[in-house]
Amino acid sequence: MKNPVIELIGLTKLYGSLKAVDNLNLEISKGEIYGLLGPNGAGKTTTILMMLGLTEPTSGKVSVCGYNATSNPVAVKQKVGYMPDNMGFYDGMNALDNLVYIGRLNGIPESRVKERAVELMELVGLSKAIDKKAGTYSRGMKQRLGLAEVLIKQPEVIILDEPTLGIDPAGVKEFLTLIKELSKQQSITVLLSSHHLNQVQQVCDRVGIFVEGRLLASDNIDKLSTHLFSREAHVVIITFAHPLQNIEEYNQQLLNIEGVNAIEMHDNTIEISCTRNATPEFVRFFVEKGQDIMGVQRKEYGLEEIYQRYFENTLTENETNGKSGSIFQRSFFKKIKK
Amino acid sequence: MESPVVYFKGLFSKKLKSNALTVVGASSISKHKQPVSPFVVIVKKEIGDQVRSWRFIVLLVLIVLTFLGSMYVSMTNITNPAASSAIPDNGLLYLKILTTTDGSLPSFHIFMSFLGAILGIGLGFDAVNSEQQNGTLIRLLAQPIYRDNFLLAKFISPLIVISALFLSLGLLMIGGGLVITGVSIEIVEVLRILTFILLTVLYVGFWLSLSILLSVKFKQATTSALTAIGIWLFFTIFYKIVVNMVVKAFLPDPAFLSQTDILDYNNLILGFLRFAPSQLYTDATTVMLMPAVRSLGPLTMEQMAGAIPAPLSFRESVLIVWPQITGLIAATVMCFAISYYWFMRREIRS
Repeated sequence: MKNPVIELIGLTKLYGSLKAVDNLNLEISKGEIYGLLGPNGAGKTTTILMMLGLTEPTSGKVSVCGYNATSNPVAVKQKVGYMPDNMGFYDGMNALDNLVYIGRLNGIPESRVKERAVELMELVGLSKAIDKKAGTYSRGMKQRLGLAEVLIKQPEVIILDEPTLGIDPAGVKEFLTLIKELSKQQSITVLLSSHHLNQVQQVCDRVGIFVEGRLLASDNIDKLSTHLFSREAHVVIITFAHPLQNIEEYNQQLLNIEGVNAIEMHDNTIEISCTRNATPEFVRFFVEKGQDIMGVQRKEYGLEEIYQRYFENTLTENETNGKSGSIFQRSFFKKIKK
Repeated sequence: MESPVVYFKGLFSKKLKSNALTVVGASSISKHKQPVSPFVVIVKKEIGDQVRSWRFIVLLVLIVLTFLGSMYVSMTNITNPAASSAIPDNGLLYLKILTTTDGSLPSFHIFMSFLGAILGIGLGFDAVNSEQQNGTLIRLLAQPIYRDNFLLAKFISPLIVISALFLSLGLLMIGGGLVITGVSIEIVEVLRILTFILLTVLYVGFWLSLSILLSVKFKQATTSALTAIGIWLFFTIFYKIVVNMVVKAFLPDPAFLSQTDILDYNNLILGFLRFAPSQLYTDATTVMLMPAVRSLGPLTMEQMAGAIPAPLSFRESVLIVWPQITGLIAATVMCFAISYYWFMRREIRS
């Protein structure tokens, strides 16, 4: 990881006594798509604001594209396109004018700015609504307009704060695909924050799990899951055409297979936990028994589980520290407010 | 968003090429095609917004009506010899058009002392906080612009608009006067009227910077508007009452004082009253528009003894009101400096 595009060193931000970001160290290299994941109030937005010099860190250093974001924010903003989570446009102006305005602010010459704005509107699929007032735009359209605005300055780094918020599932997919294409073609570095885990899972090269201002883990999703669930078994779920009859007998025989340690049955599915990947053996076993297998599925640990796991860990940590007393206090929302 | 790759390939490679071209020919091209500075872009956009907004149109109508009303009153009274030749500043007709009144309506510059405040507050009270509320501020500041450029543009653009407004009103008045009366205008009058316009812009500028300060301070536009109006009401109505009350409570009875002491105390009271920006403005414009006014405070008989009853020259009038002008500029700059201080390092969140 030579020459990271974004480099955070010991970044800390205090709001009064509340630690929004706690000694954060992170490096993101060129062309990478990095997902910053965490629940609401974890400090994701604060971290992003510090990267853009929109707020000052209490201690630590942020450097983006080699510039210090705190002391030289304008140089950083020339390279970075930022899409805030809750952005607004000038409602009285039409969408194209909004875009042209931002283009002009970025020093695009007057002769080219309009042409480029129209091109980008087409790119994000807003060519039909180009003359509509920005105030009439729906949430999803605004999001697309926001992306066009990020792209108009031809950034080296794109920072997206909750980019998928308020878009329908199909839109999310398009949006993320577009971002991925861009990143791959132009080797643009992308940092996106989200609490929608599975969406981010599709596009990110690496993810960082961010809870209560601390980066609990930062790696690609495969590694994260193996690291986390290495002690856990491989779980295979087999679905049959008809409910199984001689359950007890199968149970005994399956347990004899090497490594199998737990079996769970529901109507016509069976869930087998095993210390090694013995899927072929299970399939062979049931085929020999004359069962009609409809589907075999190896359970994979997605971001959801990873995230949950990390989150549970912090919860238990807190409990052992005696931070939370009653069950109510232990609940999700209370904890974040703290 | 269909097949973005296809779109983007062409788009970006074209741009990259053109970028490469500009890099190669940068030294020759950049001089001719220097992009406009962000500050100018913001100012242009702000002026456009101001001029198109309903709020400005309402304020404009208000001021134009006031202007026409006071012009009408003075035009009908200007022929009245009692009003015109009592003061020995014969000839300066255009200044009289601005100041003459029959008492039914205050003259234009008195009107402006409170309308100007409304204008300033109206144009500035939501300058920063509405952008923050709408989420446009964070987007704007994520662009490569300096924060002070943004703040300065918010101040300069309304000033440009109102300068244009008052300048055209002044010129309209002169032109209309020329057509109606046929009296030619003197250089002194032009200078004095221009100074009056400048003073008015400065005065509006003070309220503008105060309301921008409040819009930086308060998150809600309504709060900042109410606070600004509160400050304005305090200075126009209550400040005089408060000063009078304090004076009555603390100063000795004038009956037991010598004349020089009374004079000193009077000056002290006037000094306190001049903390109110409207007082500064009224003082300054009165002196500028009425060349016969020699002093803003009380004059002793000794001081008046050798005076020739002639209008003051332009330079002398300016000298008399110089402290007022300085005071207005200082107050404006102070408000602006504080808003600058608050805004520069604050966290921008939508």
